Amino acid sequence: MTTSPLMGRRRFVQGLALGTGALGIGGLGMSPAKLLASQGQTGAATLSGNTFNLAIGGADVNITGTTRPATLINGSLPAPTLRWREGDTVTLNVTNYLPETSSIHWHGLLLPFQMDGVPGLSFDGIAPGETFTYRFPVKQNGTYWYHSHSRFQEQSGVYGAIVIDPAEADPQPVDRDYVMVLSDWSDEKPEQIYATLKKLSHYYNFNERTIFDTLRDFREKGVMQTLKDRHMWNTMRMSQSDLADVTGYTYTYLLNGRSPNANWTGLFKPGERVKLRFVNASAMTFFDIRIPGLDMTVVAMDGQPVKPVRFHECRLGVAETIDVIVTPEKKQAFTVFAQSIDRSGFARGTLTPDPAMSAAVPEMDPPPLLGHTEMGMGGMAGMNHGDMEGMNHGAMDHGKMDHGAMKGMQHDDMGHGGMKHAGMQHKGMQHDGDHKVPFAFVADNPDLAPRTSAVQHLDSEYGPGVDMRAMAPAAMLDDPGIGLRERDWKVLTYADMETAGGPPDSLTPDREIVLHLTGNMSRYMWSFNGIKFADSVPLELYHGERARITLVNDTMMTHPIHLHGLWSDLELGGGRLLRKHTITVKPGEKLSYLVRADATGRWAYHCHLLYHMEAGMFREVRVVDNATTKEARS
Amino acid sequence: MKQTHLITAAALLALSPLVQAVDKHEPAFSRVIVDEFEARDADEGTVAAWEAAAWYGGDLNKLYLSTEGERLMDNGGETEGFETRVAWNRAFAPFWDWQLGARRDWQPDDPNRDWASFGVQGLAPYLFESEATLFVGEEGLTNLRLEAEYEILFTQKLILVPAVEANFYGKEDEELGIGEGLTDIEAGLRLRYEIRREFAPYIGVNWERQFGDTAAKTRGAGDDVSETTLVAGVRFWF
Repeated sequence: MTTSPLMGRRRFVQGLALGTGALGIGGLGMSPAKLLASQGQTGAATLSGNTFNLAIGGADVNITGTTRPATLINGSLPAPTLRWREGDTVTLNVTNYLPETSSIHWHGLLLPFQMDGVPGLSFDGIAPGETFTYRFPVKQNGTYWYHSHSRFQEQSGVYGAIVIDPAEADPQPVDRDYVMVLSDWSDEKPEQIYATLKKLSHYYNFNERTIFDTLRDFREKGVMQTLKDRHMWNTMRMSQSDLADVTGYTYTYLLNGRSPNANWTGLFKPGERVKLRFVNASAMTFFDIRIPGLDMTVVAMDGQPVKPVRFHECRLGVAETIDVIVTPEKKQAFTVFAQSIDRSGFARGTLTPDPAMSAAVPEMDPPPLLGHTEMGMGGMAGMNHGDMEGMNHGAMDHGKMDHGAMKGMQHDDMGHGGMKHAGMQHKGMQHDGDHKVPFAFVADNPDLAPRTSAVQHLDSEYGPGVDMRAMAPAAMLDDPGIGLRERDWKVLTYADMETAGGPPDSLTPDREIVLHLTGNMSRYMWSFNGIKFADSVPLELYHGERARITLVNDTMMTHPIHLHGLWSDLELGGGRLLRKHTITVKPGEKLSYLVRADATGRWAYHCHLLYHMEAGMFREVRVVDNATTKEARS
Repeated sequence: MKQTHLITAAALLALSPLVQAVDKHEPAFSRVIVDEFEARDADEGTVAAWEAAAWYGGDLNKLYLSTEGERLMDNGGETEGFETRVAWNRAFAPFWDWQLGARRDWQPDDPNRDWASFGVQGLAPYLFESEATLFVGEEGLTNLRLEAEYEILFTQKLILVPAVEANFYGKEDEELGIGEGLTDIEAGLRLRYEIRREFAPYIGVNWERQFGDTAAKTRGAGDDVSETTLVAGVRFWF
């Protein structure tokens, strides 16, 4: 263990974590030293068994050199890893020592909705000083996580990993098993971050276009071409560098609670199969993860096993988890490198056969700029995304693109009367039997107004809260995403994966629900279909039905969309499904997934970017019996 | 089975008051921004000038307060005149708000003027911060004010801001020596350095000129109709 000043300061929280861990596993007879040996130097202890006592409380942490208040579980950042066994019934006594209401949501878990931990939907929340007992049977296995669902407590530290061992033998046995919790820490209070975004939404973006960028373009592309290229951005009033709302300006990115300087380290013996369970527990940050010199093989996503695929880099959305296996053969150290999508910072750790060894930390990439694809203009129209490797999108010459085609683009000063349907029927991405599925229509729910196509923008999308709409949203499941398209190594995409064992449920939906992801960056308003949560009506699913949810991203940001309590089976085409709990939707993308409404109750459905959720990109989904609903209405 | 559903329904109905407990209320935010707080090197001495605004409210509705004015700092100090405004600001389009409010012009020697205001403000294509406001005063006085501002980034922190404001009067205000038509244009060029986003010292130049009857009246009184000043100040917000 190195002893940088940063690590010395971090020991305060670390010590508490170990103490709790020792208590928690006392019953299993494992000493803290043995725990360390099996877990490496994670920031969090592991608690195993079927009964857990968790305390949410305030604590001081020092990540950046300044001592700041945090909200932690059992005094640990991240919270203790909970290790359960499939088939057990777990009991979790959660005591709230904060001066405000708190809650714990078990992210990705199938459970009775009263146990789901969303104040206002599942229960009242946990009042200050009170203990709430969660109890539910564990019906699944894999890597998940848990976090507060109250205000911004998740940002200030209330998050941790859940590892559920399978009831039967693990199909992918490994020699070592590490939980890799990625997160974003700010010395600012999250309430202040949110207020700042409302006052000046680009506050944290220090990669704005300067006059020197324009002069460089004049030289390289010519004056006229530059002016033409800029015309679109200038009329849309959008920033080409708006990849992340909150950036490394305020964030320190953490791996298992450790800053890059504090360098989380995991040990291995050459030749061992090592499982890394990555959990993106950050509030706002997409991470691009790679281990230079080491390929990874994905074996599970969002806790669910997938057919193994070998890759070198992947983008992990907020709230997603990915289990990978690495097999380092040589006696050398490797850097686990996770840079933020906007390249404003990174989390980092080390895998090494010897604690004294570490590896070079790669340079961050230059920040990417948003392009036509992100505008939802079908800038890549007609292009086969399967053949993308050969294309250099990063260096794409916008000047050579047909700007004439953009004349049809909708933006806000344009009347929308005659435009809504024109040229919007997207070709080449029809789902199997797409045309047969009726669009859900509910007269008193503005989200479910009549539609003629999934890409049609509802009237509610025309208002002060929506600053753009995608003209030609495209299928982009095999697109690695902005900043990763020009890699000369394999970048994992959703299209590469498939739930192991084939489709876990029917491929045929009964109804289709369409939601457009909408927002206004400069006002910092976020919504579905231009309607924020406060103005929305719950979406009703009928118990037992198979619903298709189609999402169209009308913003220039990437959104991780999470449905509580029910699986989201992403439709990959060709009869393949990818079972997930959180689905990342890229700018300009249209995708769909199938949901079996097999658990009645009230479920949260939202963008997992914390400040987007708070701003209103949130819905209640009610799973109800069809007849009962009608009875209750009459 | 039916029984179960009824129980579920009953549970749902019993829980329905909880809908209120979900964070559905819209929180209010506030911002105070002192856009200009500066010293001007004018012919008659050092003049302090300010332009500041504050808002409180949610995404769509905000209460706006603003003030701007000048005060001569030398020779004992004398406020040359300032105005205060209050308005209800309502978002009506993605980049545009309308404003409904009132303005009072405070004059140390001359009568004050009160106006009702109807304005539109927002971000025009090409990222011009723009504002157009019609003021309707007593005795049929009208004042149309057009303002525009632009930000040119040299770096992420060094920012040049050209700004221009023009005033038109619908009829002359004899008491105050203001003529009909275009009365004055004020243009500024300020270079600020954002030490933090919230705090930026700046230097610049400010140019003001009167036109038409207004200029003629000023000339008749033996005063200058045009003035160019160097300015130095700070911009800050919270």
